[in-house]
Amino acid sequence: MIRLLLILGMGFLYLPLVVLVGGSFNAARLAGAWGGFTWHWYAQVIADPRMRDAAFLSLQVAIVSACLSTLLGGIAGHALARNRAWFSSGFAGLLAAPLVLPDLLIGFAFVLLFVILGVPRGSGTIIAAHATIGMAYVAVVVQARLAAGGTQLEDAARDLGCTAWGAMMRITVPLAAPALVSGWLLAFTVSLDDLVVASFVSGPGATTLPMLMFSSLRLGATPALAAVGTLLLCALLVLLAGAVSLRKHLRL
Amino acid sequence: MSFGRPWLAWLWLLGFVAAPLVMLGVVALSVPADGIPPFRPAVSMEGLEGLADPLFLDGLIGSLRISLTTSMLCLLIGYPMTLGIVRSKRPAFWLGLLLVPFWSGFLMRLTAWTLLLRELNVLHTELAMQIGMVSCYLPFLILPLQSRMAAADPLLAQAAADLGASPFRVFLHITLPHSLPGVVAGVVLVFVPVMGEYVIPELLGDPGAQTFGRMIWDAFFSERDWPLAASLSLALLVILVPPALLLRRR
Repeated sequence: MIRLLLILGMGFLYLPLVVLVGGSFNAARLAGAWGGFTWHWYAQVIADPRMRDAAFLSLQVAIVSACLSTLLGGIAGHALARNRAWFSSGFAGLLAAPLVLPDLLIGFAFVLLFVILGVPRGSGTIIAAHATIGMAYVAVVVQARLAAGGTQLEDAARDLGCTAWGAMMRITVPLAAPALVSGWLLAFTVSLDDLVVASFVSGPGATTLPMLMFSSLRLGATPALAAVGTLLLCALLVLLAGAVSLRKHLRL
Repeated sequence: MSFGRPWLAWLWLLGFVAAPLVMLGVVALSVPADGIPPFRPAVSMEGLEGLADPLFLDGLIGSLRISLTTSMLCLLIGYPMTLGIVRSKRPAFWLGLLLVPFWSGFLMRLTAWTLLLRELNVLHTELAMQIGMVSCYLPFLILPLQSRMAAADPLLAQAAADLGASPFRVFLHITLPHSLPGVVAGVVLVFVPVMGEYVIPELLGDPGAQTFGRMIWDAFFSERDWPLAASLSLALLVILVPPALLLRRR
């Protein structure tokens, strides 16, 4: 009984993915009928310069912001796991805010800051916003990993004459490495999928792929949009599989 | 630039989380103006008075209803699913299966739902929006609930069963109470973001239905009344902080 419910629930979660992939290869314009197999929509998407530009920008933003997130989130996660005195609950609260609060609130608050400071809006502001959101994800993963380990290894390294920097590079970073990899990936995915925050903080000329998809979706879903979605899905799955095999390979 | 420099993270959070939230307050007190930026710093109640508008109450009630419905639907569907995952012989397999829809973005799923629901002639209805909401937010309920349930000691349930409790009694007295913190965390993780959801009501929902997210988005992008948008955001923030605080670990 419970098993049946689980299978039904999974079916419900997978249904849109099946429709997405199926719709992208369907020669008929409508999702209700199968008009034969076609690559047409993919060719149309790849030939569209607006799509290419948006995809390139999204990729750029996702890569840079995921790296920033990993650096900042690694620091924050380490600080939380080691419970430094002056890192009060306020620090944890600020860190978690972008994770829990609606992205609409976060995006709007960001744009007000940029406008008041007079920062020109564009890909740079999207990167800063995404880095802040991704940082929270990385910190959660890193904190969980480091808190499980305890400080004995770092303390031993220091006792044996390692410098603080050496202990960090040889002990802490390798210990946190799997969490840093998953964290980077999470931050990358969150950035690639974000529509709302990017819409607020972006300026004229900086249109990310989700922004472009959303403005087309408002006019109605098309098989071409399904093709974009399928390409994105494939990219994310390849990345997910890559991360899993990397972790296995490095025995992290 | 290292793990040993916590002040870097601290500064970033002050600059990019605390400061923007303070700006919400500053702009809420400003007055709208023509120009860039479309507000003039002041201490005015004009924006906050927008909250007295009956439209605001409509949006508030609409969003509360949607958030409650979505979190209850997710709980109703997600709880048995989680139980199924935890009790199955291969929980790792099912969790792995759950990761794919979790990792695939909202927009991809919404594209598919738009295609499908249009064929079924229910696009732009309350039903379509609820389907989209549950489909997007269900994993957010299952994941914290699963980690809580998986941490429970199976010996307790085993002992109760050995002492003659029926499976139903075991569930009622052992499994359910133990999973409650996971239920709270999962429900909050669905309820809070759905309160500010803009994209799903816009793409799948009834165009006439007011929600908080839509009011803020329209005030910002269409009406360019930033003080009003900031006042609405502050109201939303005040509503969401108490449930969000439930997530703090004790």
